[in-house]
Amino acid sequence: MAEVATSNTPSVQNGSRKKVRDFHNVTPVWNLILNIIAGLFAFICVFPFLFVVIISFTDEKTLATDGYRIFPAKWSLEAYRFVFQTGDALLRSYGVTILVTVLGTIISLVLISLYAYAISRTSFRYRRFFSVFAIITMLFNGGMIPTYMVVSQLLHMKDTIWALVLPLAMNAFYIMILRTFYSTSVPEAIIESGRIDGAGDFYIFLRIVLPLSLPGLATIGLFSTLGYWNDWFNALLYIDNPNLVPLQSMLMRIENSIQFLQQNSQNGAMSLQALSSIPQDTSRMAMVVLATLPIIFAYPFFQRYFVQGLTVGAVKE
Amino acid sequence: MLLMVLPGAIWFFFFSYLPLVGTVVAFKQYRFNREGFWASIVKSEWVGWQNFKFLFSGTDAWVITRNTLFYNIAFIFIGLVLSVAMAILLSQLVGKTLAKVYQTGMFLPYFLSWVIVGYFAFSFLSMDRGMLNQILGWFGVEKVQWYSDPKYWPYILVFVSLWKSIGYNSVVYLASILGIDKSLYEAAMIDGASKWQQIRNITIPMLSPIIIIMTLLAVGRIFYADFGLFYQVPRDSGTLYSVTNVIDTYVYRGLKTTGEIGMSTAAGLYQSVVGFVLVIVSNFIVRKVDKDSALF
Repeated sequence: MAEVATSNTPSVQNGSRKKVRDFHNVTPVWNLILNIIAGLFAFICVFPFLFVVIISFTDEKTLATDGYRIFPAKWSLEAYRFVFQTGDALLRSYGVTILVTVLGTIISLVLISLYAYAISRTSFRYRRFFSVFAIITMLFNGGMIPTYMVVSQLLHMKDTIWALVLPLAMNAFYIMILRTFYSTSVPEAIIESGRIDGAGDFYIFLRIVLPLSLPGLATIGLFSTLGYWNDWFNALLYIDNPNLVPLQSMLMRIENSIQFLQQNSQNGAMSLQALSSIPQDTSRMAMVVLATLPIIFAYPFFQRYFVQGLTVGAVKE
Repeated sequence: MLLMVLPGAIWFFFFSYLPLVGTVVAFKQYRFNREGFWASIVKSEWVGWQNFKFLFSGTDAWVITRNTLFYNIAFIFIGLVLSVAMAILLSQLVGKTLAKVYQTGMFLPYFLSWVIVGYFAFSFLSMDRGMLNQILGWFGVEKVQWYSDPKYWPYILVFVSLWKSIGYNSVVYLASILGIDKSLYEAAMIDGASKWQQIRNITIPMLSPIIIIMTLLAVGRIFYADFGLFYQVPRDSGTLYSVTNVIDTYVYRGLKTTGEIGMSTAAGLYQSVVGFVLVIVSNFIVRKVDKDSALF
């Protein structure tokens, strides 16, 4: 996290105990006003999540009469009980999302780090060609439909896990960020010395370059982890098989029907009466909470790297 | 070395270059062929510019272009003003710990997917249970059917987009404010400049290169809309299409629901071509402003 400007150590003058205001700072009154504005905005950003959490803990009947309230008349854990009882679909989606995220991030890092390293090396003869080859993809793109046709008809990846993993694997922008990172954090001399000791390209890359560029790799890794976890678009295009639906996409599909959960759970033979008594609204919100929780816990740690990535991306060789 | 770029190059070939070949579908009467990608493309009949003619003769092209441009312009300018203001505000706060807490809070929406944000919006906008209608109820105002009345959506969409992006953008600006040489402020203070004068005469001029670059890069992408925002937040509500349909959602619906593959590829190509020109132009201007910040 970036440091906030201006020192705020109160200076003590001539031994007097009264703290003299540092003139770098705004006046206390203004400071209070600014704090209120910033705090309010931060609250607005966080509030919807808290609200959804509250809804998920509300009693379904109370909800039907009162609507969504910040202070519901009656609390209930029913939604979570329901989700965990009939939630094999939810668990499977969690599994799909985790698998896609892990697999995708690894593939993505391998492809991007290799490509970026090669085009960062001045000794690579086709360096210019492959740089341009990557950059062109930032300029022209075939668009949604031709990409869809390639993935579904040529590569036959429809309804496979690969349709969720591969389309997101590379990105010319990440390559550019990482290339910048290599050229600023890995001194040429170290690579030279490795070469003199007789190390090959792959050996140098694995043993010297990768350890030195860990922060850069972490940044890209986090970007792509987040991208995979939050992706629902590729599932929307390519996945029809209910067993392969990732978390975000499942949340999208249950929008109008909670029956999705039952149809895909083992005790699917529920009576119509049981169907009408399930906590629909609250379960939906409970699932939203469950899908968001990992991110909520992880993001304060991510944040630092994201800021780093932002600033690294702004600097070019 | 060649081995190192090979996997990535193959990826680019399949996922970026082959789709470029696929854009010829825009000039064809697309017929799905069981034999696969090439057969579908080759065996479809050439129709020349007909897809484009159809696209631009209806009102669709006008509506989606207008929406895409209108929203992006609103996002760029309101977003710029608010995130720069927020960054300056954060930089002025006296307490460091609180400022960090605020930043962490503001950053949160950036990490959530559009599906989740769509649910958030629903908790406020739902017709019979949403918070907004309850608040309106307290004032004795009639309930509003948010998801079927287009007139509110320009505001809602702009609000949601800003809500999601301001925290993130203000961090970018804050980072560069913190990079400004402190002695400039000290000199200004000795000259008796007020806080406001310092912001106007030091902070903003020092920020302007990055502001210009961020804005130009956004302008280069003005023909692309955030699909998630326009698809998830209005819950794909048909009555709202007049104000929520953008080029990206139009192309998607052409593929998945209406089946107008040729015409919607034409819309996609129109987007790519205009987008390309805009990227080139804005990059050219960025190069003039600050060579190092140019994309290429």
